[in-house]
Amino acid sequence: MLLSVSARTMGTDSSTISPVSALRKTPLNALHRRLGAKMVNFGGWDMPVEYPSSGGPLSGGLIAEHKAVRGSVGVFDVSHMGDIRIHSGKRPGGALAAVQHIAMNDASKLAIGQAQYSAMLYPEGTFVDDVIVHRLGEDDYLLVINAGTREKDVNWVRENTKGFDCVVDDLSDAYTQLAIQGPRAAEVVQKLTDANLSTIKNYWFTHGTVCGLKNTLVARTGYTGEDGFEIYVPSDVPTSERVWNQVIEAGRGFGIIPCGLGARNTLRLESKMALYGHEISEKINVCEAGLDRYFKMEKGDFIGRAALERAKAAGVMRTLVGLEMIDRGIARDEYCCCNEAGERIGVVTSGSPSPTLGKNIALAYVPPALSAIGTVLFVEIRGQKCKAQVVATPFYKRQKKAASPQAAGGN
Amino acid sequence: MAYPKSFRYTKEHEWLDVKGDLATIGITDHAQHELGDVVFVELPKPGAKIETGKSFGTVESVKAVSEIYAPASGEVLEVNSELQNKPETINSDPHGAAWLIKVRLTNAKGINDLMDAPAYEAYIAEKGKETSA
Repeated sequence: MLLSVSARTMGTDSSTISPVSALRKTPLNALHRRLGAKMVNFGGWDMPVEYPSSGGPLSGGLIAEHKAVRGSVGVFDVSHMGDIRIHSGKRPGGALAAVQHIAMNDASKLAIGQAQYSAMLYPEGTFVDDVIVHRLGEDDYLLVINAGTREKDVNWVRENTKGFDCVVDDLSDAYTQLAIQGPRAAEVVQKLTDANLSTIKNYWFTHGTVCGLKNTLVARTGYTGEDGFEIYVPSDVPTSERVWNQVIEAGRGFGIIPCGLGARNTLRLESKMALYGHEISEKINVCEAGLDRYFKMEKGDFIGRAALERAKAAGVMRTLVGLEMIDRGIARDEYCCCNEAGERIGVVTSGSPSPTLGKNIALAYVPPALSAIGTVLFVEIRGQKCKAQVVATPFYKRQKKAASPQAAGGN
Repeated sequence: MAYPKSFRYTKEHEWLDVKGDLATIGITDHAQHELGDVVFVELPKPGAKIETGKSFGTVESVKAVSEIYAPASGEVLEVNSELQNKPETINSDPHGAAWLIKVRLTNAKGINDLMDAPAYEAYIAEKGKETSA
């Protein structure tokens, strides 16, 4: 049997497969290997896809990791994500103007300590990358970007903010980023910080002492569809490992386990969060991806705006829908969608069994005429037409506490 | 998990338990470990012909699809239908309850070319060294 097919379905760019030695490593790489994690090439990074299922107290495996996050809490190393700081030049206002120019959401609406889902676009209205914009200070912003697009993004930001009075710093290698996710995440992180987490709403953040590290960024953000936090600590190996171990220790009573990119992918898919290179890319525009609500025409001009105005007026040729398989079979990334006659009508962007729902789900681009909930169509699986139907998304929505708005996208 | 001494093994991580011209075929513990949680199995029907080196089914985990290649040619006599409802048996008992198919071999002598347990264990140990560099 062939054991090398997994890479593509994990969002790994198979065109960049390179020897292990050439892969980039997070500061926690050695720790993941000591834990026995299965490692994969994810966008040029050597990352844990899942941890071993030992049967012991920290026993992992993709499904166990997924369920830990839905049911209690899990911790992810997401240090491969990049970070770009844009702050004032000589006069205040230059950083905001630059962010407004390169990102589609309205950053002027952000209070200090608030974050928003946004995206950087090409003039065609398609995606350079999706980003989380954090407002750190008066005229000071942090963009958290995807791992596979780091260099492209940094170059794009530098190139397109040249006319603005601002300073761009690539801080990607400065931080180890840990995501502590799940309904018990707040209790775990609260044990490690003096910051009062109960006052931080979803998509807000603060700076506090975490594991003895002063002025640490603690954000109520994530990519799992659950409540959770992302913390940004110095990227040296001893500090990174110490913080990781303290998180595991603090979470022990809650059943915390280390979680890999496999669970991260199934969690974000159930929550219909876009993954770059799949639901969004340089070939897909914002309207097709159904992320219209995150671009703000009223804020003035920005890169991609004119194309989006045209796209909105003209309507889209394809739209992103959720599918649930009716026939036996799992729709996978890049499988074809077809009609009863077997004619190709669309393509699956992400597909997987859903550990929470116990069903086989997928996201796919199809013509708008076939996007109504309940529409039956087919996915071609190894030459067989398998019946599926369009269902409401997100596939999974957590029970919300009052006053915690949730973004549909994420990194 | 121990690799039964009486089985033969392929480089594609299948095992064969051969008695006369009858062979029971499954995937190895190493294969299930690499795959992760198995959620779906697709197998041929009794009466189907399988041919050395050609795919006769698929095993899917949450994140991966793997083709299963026939380690020998023959006719399928019996299929483990239990796996349809309990594919996770492949993770828990790959060399036993999770056998995939039983086959009448066209050429029972051909299996002598396959690896025995010590050779297979050496083979996967070597593979492990390559990937954990």
